[in-house]
Amino acid sequence: MAAEAGDRAYEGAGPPFILGYHPLEHGRNSMNTTLTQDEITRLEERARFIRLETIRLISIAKVGHYSSAFSAAEIFATLYYDTMRIRRDEPAWIDRDRFLMGKGHAAVALFPVLADLGFFPKAWLDQYTRLGSPLGDHPDMRKVPGVDFSSGSIGHALSAGLGMALGARILKRDFRTFVMLGDGEMQEGQVWEAALAAANHGLSRLIAIIDRNGFQLDGRVDDTMAIEPLREKWEAFGWDVSDVDGHDVVSVAECLRRLRDDERRAKPACVIAHTIKGKGVSYMETEPGWHLGYLAPADEARAIEEIMAGAAR
Amino acid sequence: MNRPLDPGSWQYRELNSRAPTLSTLSDTLIALAEEGHPIVAGSADLQYSNGLVGFARRYPERFIQFGISEQNMVSAAAGLATTGLMPFVATFASFLALLCCEQIRMDVAYCAQPVRLIGHHAGISLGFYGTSHHATEDLAIMRSIADLTVVAPADGAQFAAAIRASVHHPQPIYFRIGRGHDPVVYDQDTPFAFGEAITHGIGDEITIIATGSSVHPALEATRALQAGGKSVGLIDMHTIKPLDEKAVLAAADRSRIILTVEEHTILGGLGGAVAEVMAEHGARARLVRHGIKDEFSLIAPPTHLYRHYRLDAQGIEEVARALLA
Repeated sequence: MAAEAGDRAYEGAGPPFILGYHPLEHGRNSMNTTLTQDEITRLEERARFIRLETIRLISIAKVGHYSSAFSAAEIFATLYYDTMRIRRDEPAWIDRDRFLMGKGHAAVALFPVLADLGFFPKAWLDQYTRLGSPLGDHPDMRKVPGVDFSSGSIGHALSAGLGMALGARILKRDFRTFVMLGDGEMQEGQVWEAALAAANHGLSRLIAIIDRNGFQLDGRVDDTMAIEPLREKWEAFGWDVSDVDGHDVVSVAECLRRLRDDERRAKPACVIAHTIKGKGVSYMETEPGWHLGYLAPADEARAIEEIMAGAAR
Repeated sequence: MNRPLDPGSWQYRELNSRAPTLSTLSDTLIALAEEGHPIVAGSADLQYSNGLVGFARRYPERFIQFGISEQNMVSAAAGLATTGLMPFVATFASFLALLCCEQIRMDVAYCAQPVRLIGHHAGISLGFYGTSHHATEDLAIMRSIADLTVVAPADGAQFAAAIRASVHHPQPIYFRIGRGHDPVVYDQDTPFAFGEAITHGIGDEITIIATGSSVHPALEATRALQAGGKSVGLIDMHTIKPLDEKAVLAAADRSRIILTVEEHTILGGLGGAVAEVMAEHGARARLVRHGIKDEFSLIAPPTHLYRHYRLDAQGIEEVARALLA
């Protein structure tokens, strides 16, 4: 096991990536759902940026959820750099699309994106998890501009997203609400209360994305508490269900564009993103024990090398 | 006053009679909505019990039926509040404060969303429905959650005033209401401010500090004791948090005994809060906490339970007399 609680001093050197490329305001601009090659390249680059920043931030905390962040890297990249309607430097813009994460433990992948969008100073990232930092293992809306809802206790986010979607309808606003859920989260009863309610109230602008990476803390999801057949469960609860390859930005982005723009759909939408826990770093992909860990320096160098090379792609 | 509730059986004397404290909820929310406040309301299969059906009929697009899913309702209320709306969600206090405790902590209080939580039929007011439906721990639990204001109005007029005051209150609030048939204590225009107790007098011998549905019986007991020549006073501690420490200490400075009265366990609720203040300030008065003594409440019609636990006017008077003997 490569995770070691080493006492390596943080060096402050970020990855060799240029932060800050994206249009001023994006989302709902495309009339068709097909991505251009430039868009594909950019989203893949942003997913790499998310993985590298995850490694850098966890090197500060000295323990963290690498693999939970890596399985969702393309989903984060697609949402924030393609799907969602947001404004740079305006985290509280009233008509922004909302994003909530039931799997709050992957927030380490979200923070670099929010900093990149200008929602808070990038210097905050350098103090990730240090005393007094707004940035911890889980996202906190009171402390971090751009976090639309706090999480950490698994199972609440879909309900909170349901409330935002209800609020949008009452206030006659057209923002979309995206909720990322873990697959282990399917074991929480409140998720199904929210699923029932969203279908009952016909909240078609509520879109849930399940990061189906197959693992939770105690092992394989289906060995811990079986959740299949997942598609049939969500369909039976009255949702429009799509399956995507969660590491193929084309698959993710085209699906989310379609769901975002489809005004004829009366149902809430659920995307089952088939992912690999630890995706992008070969030795994490094959080792379920990486839910929480810390990379020794040699392993970190190898992880960065693999991500830069897109080795697992 | 001819109330429509039979005190012996605790049943309605006439069909369609309205519980005055609880009907206040819907009436006040409608009035606030008409004034332009962004009120929304939610219920978990209890709109007839809490009277929100009135609001639902007047503003169907602003009423959300959650079915029997209280936790989902509380988290969703927090989500609603993020959009700028002011949600009032109501269900039995036993479910709201205990079943939804973590949703209240994480999604409402920690996220600092101005949700108004209405825990009704609190205490032992649901009588023979039994312990599952009694809420005798809710004040202690809610009081321990940071940034959450905890209020137990004494009657309909005070509840209405508190709801009105809540419009300008930035924090989330837990309102504790009984079964809604509280006799009138206050005039409609009695001022209300969160955290400012209403002192009905301080007694040299005893000052009773009561909250919520216990205020009216405590007031009757106080008057009976005063009529018997005893120097007894009463404080209505409608806000459990933030507690009006000044009011407590002023009474503890003059009275020989402070007697707290609550339809709640004596652990951690009003009695616990007053004990903390008195102990920390070295108050000289003796403190006696009256309420449910760390036990699961019995099954009986409510009035019989109030008699058994000496939480009716006669019972409170008996407790006070025993202290004076």
